[in-house]
Amino acid sequence: MSTAATNVAARLETVIGADRVSGGSDSCAKFAVDGVAPSVVARPASSAEVVEIVRFAKSEKLALIPCGNCTKLAVGMPPTRYDIALDMTGLNQIAYYDPGDLTLSVDAGINLTQLAHVLGEQQQFIPLAVPFFEECTVGGTIASNIGSSLRPGYGSARDFLLGAEFVNGAGTFTKSGGRVVKNVTGYDLHKLLIGSLGTLGAITSLNFRTFPLPHGYGHLVSTFSSVDSVVRFQAMVAKSPLTPSSFEILGPEAAQRVAGFKDHRDSALPSWFTHGAWHVCVGFEGVEAILRRYSSELARYAQECGASNYHLLEKSDEKPLRGGLRELLKLLSRSTPPATIFRITTVPGFSADVVNLRGLAQRFSIPCCIFANSSGPLHFALLPDDLDDKTIGSLAQISSSVFEYAATHNGSASILFCPTLLKRVVNVWGPTRNDVALLRRVKIAFDPLNIFAPGRFVTAV
Amino acid sequence: MLAEGAVSKPLHREVIRGLQNILGASMVLYRPEDLLLYEYDGSVEKGRPGAVVFPTTTEDVSRVVRLAAQHDIPIIGRGAGTGLSGGALARTGGIMIVFARMNRILELDLENQRAVVQPGVVNYELTRAVEHAGLYFAPDPSSWKSCTIGGNVSENAGGPHTLAYGVTSNHVTALELVLPDGEICRVGSRHGDSPGYDLAGLFVGSEGTLALVTEITVKLSRKPESVKTLLAIFDRVDDASETVAEITARAITPAACEMLDGWTLRAVEDFIHAGFPLDSAAVLLIELEGLAEVVGAQVAAVEEVCREHYAREVRVARDEQERELLWKGRKNAFGALGRIAPSNYVLDGVIPRSKIPQALRHIQEIGERYNFKIGNIFHAGDGNLHPIVLFDPRDAGQYQRAIEASAEIIRYCVEIGGALTGEHGVGMEKSELMPLLFSDDDFNLMRRIHDAFNPRSALNPGKIFPLNKGCGEITPRAQAAVRAAQL
Repeated sequence: MSTAATNVAARLETVIGADRVSGGSDSCAKFAVDGVAPSVVARPASSAEVVEIVRFAKSEKLALIPCGNCTKLAVGMPPTRYDIALDMTGLNQIAYYDPGDLTLSVDAGINLTQLAHVLGEQQQFIPLAVPFFEECTVGGTIASNIGSSLRPGYGSARDFLLGAEFVNGAGTFTKSGGRVVKNVTGYDLHKLLIGSLGTLGAITSLNFRTFPLPHGYGHLVSTFSSVDSVVRFQAMVAKSPLTPSSFEILGPEAAQRVAGFKDHRDSALPSWFTHGAWHVCVGFEGVEAILRRYSSELARYAQECGASNYHLLEKSDEKPLRGGLRELLKLLSRSTPPATIFRITTVPGFSADVVNLRGLAQRFSIPCCIFANSSGPLHFALLPDDLDDKTIGSLAQISSSVFEYAATHNGSASILFCPTLLKRVVNVWGPTRNDVALLRRVKIAFDPLNIFAPGRFVTAV
Repeated sequence: MLAEGAVSKPLHREVIRGLQNILGASMVLYRPEDLLLYEYDGSVEKGRPGAVVFPTTTEDVSRVVRLAAQHDIPIIGRGAGTGLSGGALARTGGIMIVFARMNRILELDLENQRAVVQPGVVNYELTRAVEHAGLYFAPDPSSWKSCTIGGNVSENAGGPHTLAYGVTSNHVTALELVLPDGEICRVGSRHGDSPGYDLAGLFVGSEGTLALVTEITVKLSRKPESVKTLLAIFDRVDDASETVAEITARAITPAACEMLDGWTLRAVEDFIHAGFPLDSAAVLLIELEGLAEVVGAQVAAVEEVCREHYAREVRVARDEQERELLWKGRKNAFGALGRIAPSNYVLDGVIPRSKIPQALRHIQEIGERYNFKIGNIFHAGDGNLHPIVLFDPRDAGQYQRAIEASAEIIRYCVEIGGALTGEHGVGMEKSELMPLLFSDDDFNLMRRIHDAFNPRSALNPGKIFPLNKGCGEITPRAQAAVRAAQL
């Protein structure tokens, strides 16, 4: 540990105690962001301690990044400064749970699986079917806002997050919203925290609406030989009375990855998988009569749209498929060091034009995967084998084209995961946006001294 | 006497001329007799603007705002004036921008279920414009046939069906805004999920205190295949409220679940003839929507819960006509109460659904203590209470007691884990009660956000924030409310 780092650690120890502070490269390595490691790791056990740490950072002009289980630290740009990793996993209690009201208040550092277990005992859940599910914290899930595969049925976090408590950059403990399911008292500041990547403050607790666990699940996987057929099928379901809980479109390569998800019963590829085809996986929920209705109508729609095949999944295949769909981003991000994954939100989210994206990858001879959720976003993953200058150059050129594609399709694109080398030549948030000045006003109001995750977000100068 | 409105100074003739040059003489009202109507909204508050203008384009709005900024005059946005918290009143005078003439639906993208509208489009008109395609705009405040979508956005309006479909913010993906310096900007995206802070989420519900909204992109929802409306009739209020708590606890998810107590429904029935039973203590109006199979199962489950809680009768509306009549009774209830007492004060507290029975008992007790009849018509399914305190505003003592009783009810809502307002907004009505819920540190951050967009409080001054938190003198009425709440 450098002298400066030793000094920071020593001073921080006087604030929250030695047992809450660790320094040294071993302790800090886990919290490194794009190769930039903090000097110290602070492990608060209460929101009061978070306040103390932030006030310390503010007075010493040190930069900090709130972290959960560090599964998504690769998202965003490298920090321009990084002194303290704020390990929030010590705040991991369920502060309030009223199953009768279907509302919940939890510490930000609680693990999603731990939370799911507690809710499951009451036959309830929060519809955050997100990648890294078994590792990530609820705070990190909200701060990164990586999409849930249940979005078509349940909406995104902004639809069921009721309130939050957090420590802002002025070092004060603040709250927004509440624990009730309907509330317009004061500004909805908690909505700003969604996807803010730790740049507005350290989230200490979050309030959610919970949902009843469905009586049963069903999944119909249809395979199509052309993108046009997929688009027709999607439109037909959208115009039907059906409201599926999930609707995932998988390009041939993405389907292969999901089919190979480790939770499948054996090493053989599942029966629903067809090499070289586009797959559409539609999830639905309810009692037996409803599952039957979905199965028969979806199958009919698929046939009418020219599906080459369709499979109504058995229970034993259904759960692994849900797991595979949920974890696809994680699988791809860890599949190869240069993996570069774009998140594209356009209207419509999926159109026949996606062939242009595949064409881009083919032009540079880079393997790719495309998958989309009917409520958006579309993910476009480039999976080159090597991490060399030529590859980085190709990825940079493709990035420009992807940003242009999104703009011409009435939307925007960002890069979720990519090698740090690419971030030296490409801003992962895309071209400068028209509303960046307004975004910066929010950042300054929350964090006047820019101590939270400086340089990481859209707002970075 | 009603709440004292601000006595605004007449605007300088030069300003009026400037407004007329921008908009034309017919689009500017400034004579006192022309301004009277704009002193009011749906609340008990008052506040007279110095001028009222009717722009037709975003550029017009920007020019008016720039002119106001040059003369340091406040600006207040207003839709149809149906709000219930004084949000669209000129608390400190100024220029009121009424969006009634910015009422065009600019684009319907039926394929992708999006619409782009000007703020003056009436909520119901958007649904009418898209229903041929099986679509509708989900937020449905009781005033949906007159309130504007711009007003819905400013207040983050709700309605009976928000239980299943969410409030306005759940249906807005992008906004065009005019900032207090006249700058025109856009936030959000058509998709609704672009990287960056959720500015559209911040501006919806900010009650016109951060920017003026001049264009709105909304999501359109698909009409459900099947709708069933039930009327459950009870002989005891407790049984009705416990039914609501049980429906929630059993995770049955109606699209709407409304409660009217017996006293209120008799007033409504006398006026609307909706078919509410005159001898009941309370009714629940429950709507179930979705696939026919889902609705069928839920109707059976709801009926079972109602009967377990001693419902005297559960009626299912036989046809669309009967369904519409029941909803007409619910949506026009507040108007019906105007026939009974000279004035009423509608509260909007929200509480955990599991605490509805105890809350209704407590409200009853407060009414008895203050010697007021307090009726209840409310969105039971999401715990959004609307206790209605009936009083005679000509009696100063009654008015004061009505304010105090109301503050006590709101304080109780907060005490049991609730909030001040579920859908009507804070406005000038509840601003002094905000410290019940928020600390000085909370206010400081909200104030910094306010100042980041509206640094000179040029837009809708005197709203949301308590006046004693650093921006002027607290009014005697507000002081009384705060004192009552802090007892």
